[in-house]
Amino acid sequence: MEPADELLNDQAALELSSDPMRLNMGPSHPAMHGTIRMVVDLDGETLVNLDVQPGYLHRGFEKSCERGTWAQVFPYADRLNYVSPMLNNVGWSLAVEKLLQIEVPERCQYYRVILGELSRIADHFTCNGASAMELGAFTPFLWLLKVRDWVWDVLERETGARMTHSFGRIGGMAAPPTATFKDDVRRLIPEVHKVVKEAEIMLLRNRIFLDRMQGVGVLTKEQALSYGVTGPVARSTGIPYDVRKDYPYLVYDRFDFDVPVGEDGDNWDRFMVRLEEIRQSVRIIEQAIDQMPDDGPINVDDPRIVYPDKNDVYTTIEATIAHFKLVMEGLRTPKGEVYSFTEGGNGELGFHIVSDGSGTPYRVRVRPPCWYNLAASREMLLGGMIADVIPTFGSVNMIGGECDR
Amino acid sequence: MSQAAVDRLSAHFGERVLETSDAFGDHEVVIALKDWVEVAQFMKNDGGLQMDHFIDMTAIDYPERKPARFDLVLMMRSSVTGARIRVRTYVKDGEEPGTLSGIWSGADWAEREVWDMFGIKFKDHPDMRRILLYEEFVGHPLRKDYPIDKAQPLVPYRQVDDIQKLPPFGIEEGQPFARIDWEARLAGRDNQVSPAIGVQLGQRRTLSDSEAAQQIQARIDAQMAREADAAQASEEPSEEGSGQ
Repeated sequence: MEPADELLNDQAALELSSDPMRLNMGPSHPAMHGTIRMVVDLDGETLVNLDVQPGYLHRGFEKSCERGTWAQVFPYADRLNYVSPMLNNVGWSLAVEKLLQIEVPERCQYYRVILGELSRIADHFTCNGASAMELGAFTPFLWLLKVRDWVWDVLERETGARMTHSFGRIGGMAAPPTATFKDDVRRLIPEVHKVVKEAEIMLLRNRIFLDRMQGVGVLTKEQALSYGVTGPVARSTGIPYDVRKDYPYLVYDRFDFDVPVGEDGDNWDRFMVRLEEIRQSVRIIEQAIDQMPDDGPINVDDPRIVYPDKNDVYTTIEATIAHFKLVMEGLRTPKGEVYSFTEGGNGELGFHIVSDGSGTPYRVRVRPPCWYNLAASREMLLGGMIADVIPTFGSVNMIGGECDR
Repeated sequence: MSQAAVDRLSAHFGERVLETSDAFGDHEVVIALKDWVEVAQFMKNDGGLQMDHFIDMTAIDYPERKPARFDLVLMMRSSVTGARIRVRTYVKDGEEPGTLSGIWSGADWAEREVWDMFGIKFKDHPDMRRILLYEEFVGHPLRKDYPIDKAQPLVPYRQVDDIQKLPPFGIEEGQPFARIDWEARLAGRDNQVSPAIGVQLGQRRTLSDSEAAQQIQARIDAQMAREADAAQASEEPSEEGSGQ
């Protein structure tokens, strides 16, 4: 009889394929934040080649903007980075105001800063919580999202919606701050501090978390600059670039706050930069709350730009006509081209707008921070292990709505 | 800060900087397409400019403009000086600017997006694929003559009797009055009316019946016909097989 292990002696039968294995991750992989597809070539568990394919959430934002009025872009802008919609709203307002060469009243500037920073806190809590969850730590995720809900409670009282507020207006905001606004925010601040502290206690000495985050997904300073990376991802590599500090808009130059930077540009630094930015946002909010005037106008005093008061619209013919003209024809902008940029949740959120002098944008280009951060994720992932794709991709915080537009 | 960058470029390239502007506080230089790569290289490597932070690249379509139809716009920042600058060039339909992806890695995806959305190809780009849309897509949607209500579903819509599937919205549904120059019209210079009415009066071409839109439609039809033929061809042998 033939020996049972004869096959084992046959060298050909033992030969394993040494070709890289091609694997599709996505477009709806459960750990992928947005719908994105990654085609990876694996040598064992090591990534030897990688193709990141965005576009599954492409809705034609830029094309859609070319058929409405300037004010009708706000709901679209909400849905760019839907985790921090207020920052996009403010960004779009500032872009059109730059074209119109107007500046909103001081009270409105503070209001925008506070609402924007609240959004940023919600954004960073979501990202960091999700990072922890993807590594199996489900408690921190819920623990951090708890604060996001409290932040949303404040935003809901102010704007009427928890997400996608559509609260920005050209030349102001949709409504003035409510009477309890300052108290609500002051009550929120210690809670935020407490939960940031608790997140640190829960995660920063966890061996598994440290091993998965430290030294994984490294991006160098030069790569970050060359790829156009901005925001927390750029700061984690040691580039102290923050639009709020370097090119101050609104009233950011009046606040005392720090720009946290990392050293290694790994997942750990990205996580820590976001955590520290929550603290800095709270610092800004504290100062802004103290400095914000209690009364005064919110909107610019220009009936060609700002919608008239609703009561007047229903009772006077002048306001009715003004409202009609603003809704049907839209406000008129001067001919020209501007690029306006703000610090969004993920970095420099730019609006490059071209006006032909009519009530409709001729061209709107969004510079989505995620787009370039995601392009750089190839450098972070290549050469690493396939399991590291998940935490690295989580810490890049790609938001489909913004990236694919 | 940015003005210094404009001055530096003007000093170095002299006549080749066609135009400079600082409208709305954005500093800009306009250059010819043939200098595109050279200027980019200079901006990156020059000690006085050090434009090492890639910000954005995009295009703007002016379909009626002659001879160059597109604006190609590059935005840069220096992480050393903090200066920002915008560089613009004009591109004809079918012309191919050189790629900047060798200078800044971020230009790789930016150029792929410009190709996807506007149909401007970049010479020597390592990977000139569509990026946001799918390979089967016909046309380039951010061109002004691409109709906004055109749908190209990969899986055809279901055919249900008595129910007509309509695209989400028509072209002129948005703000038909917003593009009219009312002052000129009141002064009697421009007799243009709301685009939708204008079409009925035969006054104004809409995007949907422009030539390019028809060309896109023809290409889609041709592609679908080819696919139908291919499907038929693949079915026929199997029918013969079953006949035997």
